[in-house]
Parts: sequence; C-alpha cells; structure tokens
Amino acid sequence: MSAVHIEHATPSSRIGTAILIALGIVLALAPVWGGRDDLRLLAEIYSYVALASLWNLLAGYAGLVSVGQQAYVGVGAYVLFALTMLAGVHPLAAVPIAGVFAATLSVPTALLLFRLRGHYFAIATWVVAEVFRLLAAQISILGGGSGTSLPAAIVTSMAGSRTLREFEIYWVSLALVILVVGAIFVLLRSRYGLALTAIRDNELAARSNGVDVTRTKLVIYVITACGTAMVGALIFLQKLRISPDTAFSVNDWTAFVIFITVIGGVGRIEGPLIGTLVFFILRQMLADYGSVYLLMLGVIAIAAMLQAPKGLWGFAANRFGWQLLPLERRVAPFEISKTSSEN
Amino acid sequence: MHWLNIIIQGVLTGGLYALFAAGLSLIFGVMRLVNIAHGDLIVLAAYLALIVTTTLGINPLLSIIIVAPVMAAIGYALQRTLLNRTLGDDLLPPLLVTFGLSVIIQNGLLELFTADSRRLQAGPIEVDSIHVAAGLAVGTLPLIQFTVAVIVIAGLQAIFYRTAIGRAFRATSDDRAVAQLMGLDNRHVYALAMALSLAVVAIAGVFLAVRANFDPSIGPARLLFGFEAVIIGGLGSLWGTLVGGVVLGVAQAIGAEIDPGWQLLAGHIAFLVIVAVRPEGLFPKVQG
Repeated sequence: MSAVHIEHATPSSRIGTAILIALGIVLALAPVWGGRDDLRLLAEIYSYVALASLWNLLAGYAGLVSVGQQAYVGVGAYVLFALTMLAGVHPLAAVPIAGVFAATLSVPTALLLFRLRGHYFAIATWVVAEVFRLLAAQISILGGGSGTSLPAAIVTSMAGSRTLREFEIYWVSLALVILVVGAIFVLLRSRYGLALTAIRDNELAARSNGVDVTRTKLVIYVITACGTAMVGALIFLQKLRISPDTAFSVNDWTAFVIFITVIGGVGRIEGPLIGTLVFFILRQMLADYGSVYLLMLGVIAIAAMLQAPKGLWGFAANRFGWQLLPLERRVAPFEISKTSSEN
Repeated sequence: MHWLNIIIQGVLTGGLYALFAAGLSLIFGVMRLVNIAHGDLIVLAAYLALIVTTTLGINPLLSIIIVAPVMAAIGYALQRTLLNRTLGDDLLPPLLVTFGLSVIIQNGLLELFTADSRRLQAGPIEVDSIHVAAGLAVGTLPLIQFTVAVIVIAGLQAIFYRTAIGRAFRATSDDRAVAQLMGLDNRHVYALAMALSLAVVAIAGVFLAVRANFDPSIGPARLLFGFEAVIIGGLGSLWGTLVGGVVLGVAQAIGAEIDPGWQLLAGHIAFLVIVAVRPEGLFPKVQG
C-alpha cells in the first residue's frame, strides 16, 4: 500500500551532512590545534550561531518577529550568576537550570505578548526585555545597576587548571550549539516541523488545514526562550562579568543576531551558519575601526535585505537547489512502488 | 498637595512623550510602518539643534525653525530612497531596515560627537515657574512643552481631516491600490507622511535636548516611550497618543516618587497592564 514515500536527503544534503560531521570533529579537536584566542573566538562564534538559529526558528518559521530576545540572554546570565554566587551551584550545572527557569518565565510572558500582533508584538517584546533589565538593576546583591564579577573561587572550582577550564567551557559551548541546531533539525523533521513550515509559508492556509497555530507558536516561543537563556548563561560564564546593560543589550543580542540571520537567510536552517561566518569575517576585517564597523554592519544588513531578501543561502538554495541538512520533503513514488511491489 | 504636584509633573512630561508618539502614530496610520529608528532620529534632531544653536547663537527653542525643515527633508529622502522599498505584507524588511538605520545613526553620532552627555541651554526660562496655589507651582518650560504637544496634535489632526494631503494620507491608508488608481502617487504620499513625522520628531528632539541631558545611546528608550504611548492611546488615534503619553508620564512620576529606580519600570508596567487588560488601547481607530 505504501506507494508514496517521503525522502528528505538530496545529493547536496548528503555532501552537506558529511561536511558538517567532518567540521564537528575538527572543531571538537580545536584544543589540540588551536591557541587560547582561537578557542575564545570559536566559542563566541558558536554563541552567535546558536542565538541566530533560535531567532530564526522563532521569526523565520513561527513568524514571531521578536526584537526582545536579549530578555532571555540576560535572564539566563543572571540566573547563572545568582545560582553560582548565592546558592553554590556548579557553573555548568547552572546552565540547564537557567534554561528551565527562562522557559517557565516565558509562558506567562508569551500569554501577555500574544495579545499583540505583528509590529506591536515585536516592540512589546523589547519592552519586556527592558522590564527585565530594570528589575535586574534592582538586585543589589548582584551589584544593582553596575553589575558584578564572578568570584575567582567559583571560577577556579570548575577545573584544576586554567587551560583545563578553558577546554571545558569550549567543549560545552560546542556541545550547546550542536544541541541547539540539532534540536531545531529534529523539530523541523517532526510533525511540528511540517506545521511550522506551513505557518512560515502561509499562516492562514496552515490554520485552515488544521494546524493549531497559536499552540505551535507558544511551544516555539518557550523552546526559544530556554535555548537563548542557556546560551546567555554560557556567554556570561566566559565574560565573568555581568551588568544589566551588557546582559540585556539590544544591539549585541538582538540587532546583530537579526542582521546575521537576514544576511544568511531567514527561514532556512543553514542561514544562521552562513550569516555568522560573514559577520565574523567582517568583524575580523573591520575590528580596528570601532563604531565605524557597527555602522558598516548596519549598511550591509540594509543592503542585504533590499538586494537579497532571502539571504545568501536563500539565493543559493533557489538557484542551485542546495540544502546542507536533509530537511526537504520530496515525494518519491516511482522507485518506492517498485520496492513495495517486491514485498 | 505633594501628590498633586507629582501628578501635574507627570502630565506635563506626558506631553513630551506624546510628541515622541505622534510621529510614530502618523506613519503607522498611513503606511503600517513601525520605525525602529524613530528614537535615534529624535536624538539626531537634538544634535542638529545643538549645531544650530552653537553656530548661530540663538535660543534652542528658536532652532526648531531650522531643524524641523531639515528633518522633514531627511524624512522625505529616506522614505523615497529606502523605506518605500521595504513596504509590503512582510513585516521583517521594514523592521530590519529601520533597525539598521538605528545602528547607523547611533554609531554615526558616536563617531561625530563622542559619547559625552550634551544639553541645550535655553536661558532663564529653564527654571521659571508659575505659582498656581499655595505649594503648587508649574514649570514654565514643561508647560510650554505640553502646550506645544497639544498644538502639534491639533495641527496634525487638522492636516489629516481638513486638507487635500490629509485626504491623500487617509485614502492610501484605507486602500493603497484604489488610492493609486485615483491618481495618487503612493511613493510621494508616503514620503510626505514621513517628512511630516520627522518634522514632529524635530520638535520633540529640541524639547528633549532642553529638558534633559542627551547622548547618542538614548534613542531606543525614547522609541519605547513613544511606542507605548501609541498603544496605550489606541492604534491610529492622534488624541489617543496624548492620553497615552500622559498615562505614561504620570505612571513614571508616581514610580519615581516611590523609588527613583522605579521611574522607568512603573511606566513599562503601566503599559503592560494596559496590554493585558485592553490590548487595542484606550481609543482604538484602526486595526493593527
């Protein structure tokens, strides 16, 4: 009976998956071939890939264009500092707890924000992030408005030596980005992924085909909050210093993340990977120019949006039919009907 | 009397927030565009006023005569060259492009003027006040600012409902395709709306610069105040933005009185409470 079979893989996705696995192995061995600065830069790249992938899931697939994801970066960071400094929790154990905390917090937040649509939703997410920032500035035990540093005792308790500690944080960062992108991949391959792709392409059509759009969006919002907070916790574990302004920075954790996703390609899992590469290449090239670099980034993002609204990967995917990961659903009736007739 | 004073201060500050909001409300009403760079444009206007007052040596309030047309010209050019290309059903392009503009303006100002705080000196008017009753005094400058806000909103209202260009604004807002068929050039109409919006931004920027210190980074917070006033007042309602600004100003004044750290928080919380209770705002006019 199974005359119709769905295939995900294409030749390009087989090559892409092989490249990604090889890349993962090379990157996992980075402590062997890389120096201290390389590890730090790579960990930062992983943070941005993860943040951009999560924003892409939220805005590109679920249609929830948020400009307030810094809310969850900051919450994750503050939960990590609070747990380690006040409750003596191991820093790496605090990372998943930060995710759970943010997920819990995101449910009532979503119920409030979902009362607004489109543009108004977008800016209201920013207001929520501001509320979180101002509340964080009221926590005097964590330094109030000026912030605080992670005590040396907590930092040294993580591992025996500085080198080991750096390796540990590096591997956890790599594991987290693989976890985030992997989870998004699994999600997109599941029924939820089909629902999400339908919502991305046409919300009304998705709704009329029986997709529970509101519930799907809520689930995605909560998952994104959880992931974003874990990434935020890890970013500030590396920075070792926190303040409301840096933890809830709209430019660092939302504007650049949106630029990355748009340059790479919104609504495609590969977009954030490509966008982050472009972002960091530009940064390494223009780092000496300070604020002019940020200005240039704004110009490039605008140009990308106007000239290539589907991003670099969207262009490649349309032009050449490429996909890095086997996500497409292709009906393969012909070969399958032969094999099924043998059964 | 103490609390009455605080509430009056809040109401008058609300006038400034209404000025932030009126420009946002105008362009959202006409073309459904949310301008993330709105706050940074207010700060840009404040710096233009700084240049004008220092080079010409005139009173900052007079500088509006020069700053408003300059900002209007910037608005027209920005809409014609850039923002018109982002309009459509997808909300991401305008959001991203104005986000990009916001980053460009902030860092451009930072490059030109450094991160130092600036302020415009308006002379003795800054500290003047009018004695209303025993223990109750109203600052002259806040009163002027509130009066100007009322005049600006009444003016916008008159332009919208009494003039040919206002008719064009309302027609494109209702149905851009039909407006085009009737011979309106939407690109031009949108650019005029943005020019008008930035002329209001110029007035807001000058009052901001006289009332408080400013630096290149304070734009986004002004955007949020303006946006909150728009939503509290009700989408598309110009007088609503004045009410929204006043609600926000009073909430902040009361919050600041309880604890200085609660000033901004109280405003944001008032906004979120209204979103929870009445997401369409107090006097809604158009559907978002």
